[in-house]
Amino acid sequence: MKTNKIFISGDEAVAQGVKLCRPHVIAAYPITPQTITVERLSEMVEAGEMDGIYMHVESEHSAISATMGASAVGARTFTASSSQGLLYMAEGLHYCSGGRWPVVMMNANRSVALPWSIYGDQRDSLSLLDCGWIQVYVEDAQEALDMMIQAYKIAEHKDVLTPMMVNLDGFILTHTYELVDIPEQKMVDEFLPVFETPNKMSFEEPKNLGFSSKPDDNTEFKYQQNEAMFKAIDVIRDVDQEFAEKFGRKYYDMVEEYRCDDAEVVLVALGSVCGTIRVVVDKMRAAGKKVGLLKIRYMRPFPETEVKDLARRVHAIGVIDKDISFGYEGTVYTNVNSAISKIDKYVYKSNFVGGLGGRDITKEEIEEMFEKLFFGVKNKSEEKVEFFSLNVESND
Amino acid sequence: MTNLVDIPKVNAKNMTEKEYFYGHKACAGCGGSVAVRLALKVLGERTYTALPAGCMSAVGFIYPQMAFNTNALITTFPGAASMASGIAAGAKALGQKDVKTVVFAGDGGTADIGFQALSGMIDRNDDVLYICYDNEAYMNTGIQKSGLTPYGTKTTTTPAGENLPGTITHKKNLFEIIAAHDIAYAATASIGYPQDFMNKVNKAKHTKGATFIHVYASCPTGWGTPTETSIEIAKDAVDCGLIFLAEYEDGEYKLNRNPKEFASVKDYLKKQGRFKHMTDEDIQCVTEHRDKKWARMRKQWL
Repeated sequence: MKTNKIFISGDEAVAQGVKLCRPHVIAAYPITPQTITVERLSEMVEAGEMDGIYMHVESEHSAISATMGASAVGARTFTASSSQGLLYMAEGLHYCSGGRWPVVMMNANRSVALPWSIYGDQRDSLSLLDCGWIQVYVEDAQEALDMMIQAYKIAEHKDVLTPMMVNLDGFILTHTYELVDIPEQKMVDEFLPVFETPNKMSFEEPKNLGFSSKPDDNTEFKYQQNEAMFKAIDVIRDVDQEFAEKFGRKYYDMVEEYRCDDAEVVLVALGSVCGTIRVVVDKMRAAGKKVGLLKIRYMRPFPETEVKDLARRVHAIGVIDKDISFGYEGTVYTNVNSAISKIDKYVYKSNFVGGLGGRDITKEEIEEMFEKLFFGVKNKSEEKVEFFSLNVESND
Repeated sequence: MTNLVDIPKVNAKNMTEKEYFYGHKACAGCGGSVAVRLALKVLGERTYTALPAGCMSAVGFIYPQMAFNTNALITTFPGAASMASGIAAGAKALGQKDVKTVVFAGDGGTADIGFQALSGMIDRNDDVLYICYDNEAYMNTGIQKSGLTPYGTKTTTTPAGENLPGTITHKKNLFEIIAAHDIAYAATASIGYPQDFMNKVNKAKHTKGATFIHVYASCPTGWGTPTETSIEIAKDAVDCGLIFLAEYEDGEYKLNRNPKEFASVKDYLKKQGRFKHMTDEDIQCVTEHRDKKWARMRKQWL
């Protein structure tokens, strides 16, 4: 297959992906580390490389409001944010999914104040897991670009009509450079149809949208929204397959298993840290240790089937969380744990909380996690939530 | 651009009999619904209508009974202007011609929570007409003070008692704040002067870019006035000078009515339950504020 590789950052890869999808309206407010994406898109609009309108909104709340407005007349839309900005959008995120407007967003995963930190973790998007958006986490710049193209196709599918958030780790992915293959516009046009939706205002068929509902109806709307999210699982699978056939890159839809076939102990993670885990898995495998990685790609809809399937085959599962739900445990862990609890088998589990506010998760730490999981299985240790590489004294 | 002077005037004879806002559940005598109804008669079918949380969205969109005959949408509370901007941008990007996007937002939705988005909309000069129907408090949630609640008003969050006269601040100077953006067209109006209001809507309709109308709209429920006096009381407010009719066009202010004498402020206030408690001293404070404002407007605008 012919390739056209250029050396760009994750943010730029997102911009390239968005451009190929020909959005009608882009509305965004700058926030580190998302800025390069919106700068590049502005340049593309200025240069006439894109036909869309770039709206300089005065806040993230207006960014999501404007994209919803544009989507409500049948326009394809894009926005991008991060951290505080994503939280400022929070009302709009729920509003958008309830309105069934398939807005696509890039979120540069960044920590949340206080204390202020511009660096990466996943507390921003994971704290908004319940806002009704499809959430995917990517591992590198190529996946970021490819997921922009897949995102429109998934979100705009008639059975889905649900907005989608493509998450990439702040700085680790947004600001590092990789060789990224830029698909041909013609191929993207063939892959991604023109946006058609029955859920829009038009002069041929005027509609009143964004209405209020009584207790008699509200549950039914929410039920349908939830059903659409489950239907998205099949659509995600089909779109990934079709994408692989068209562009030669496959992302294994909901999750990707790495060397899990005969694994005894597996680490579960989201995003860029998966790249580091792969290296550690290879090293430990070379030393005869049966370890593997489960890369969760979609947090919503959640890959329950895939997690259960893996849990049936292994002795221990460790979950790395670049977030913490204060007073309990990491959010990824809660979700994975819930799935595991539905199988009729004991699996030793552990939650490793770390990488907060941009701290590196090193190969040594990952190796230690695997060893802890082996130790836990062997000694039937108590399962726990552990902040790893802590510089203050732990209560444990 | 269309010369606004040449636009045919709207009047009772030539206005459409078509209704674009009916079957809603507004209170009897609702001034806000009159403002929406009259404005849409001017704007017509090819209108996208956006309303934030507030009375008009609460009474107009109760599933499955939709009350707008135009395309219409409830927006986020702080995002009426930006969602309307998005509608206008989407329509433009899709190549739709001869389209107007209009916002109907209350005083709180405009001067308080929606103000940032409104300022952004005007800054970008998005093709949206923003109409603020001002009934001087958060009526939908049960009469709480907003940034446009006038001095002396008794609301549920500014109760009048021995220590306070109700609201202790004057209305924000919304019209001039909007004009300070150097907007293409802005106006004040009152449903007590419906023809004036409709012609201002018509001017805005024919102006490309961001436009703004601040229309005074009575609220019998929140004001403690008989339902059949809604138009009369909105006219009284203008006649006593507490509400003024003006325009901002081509960078110039224009006073549409400049009466030699004002009707009695006290008579206007005492007709309304929300002002019943006001002392002569309170009324004096309101009157002085009015006089100061008019002196300045006459000095600067005439």
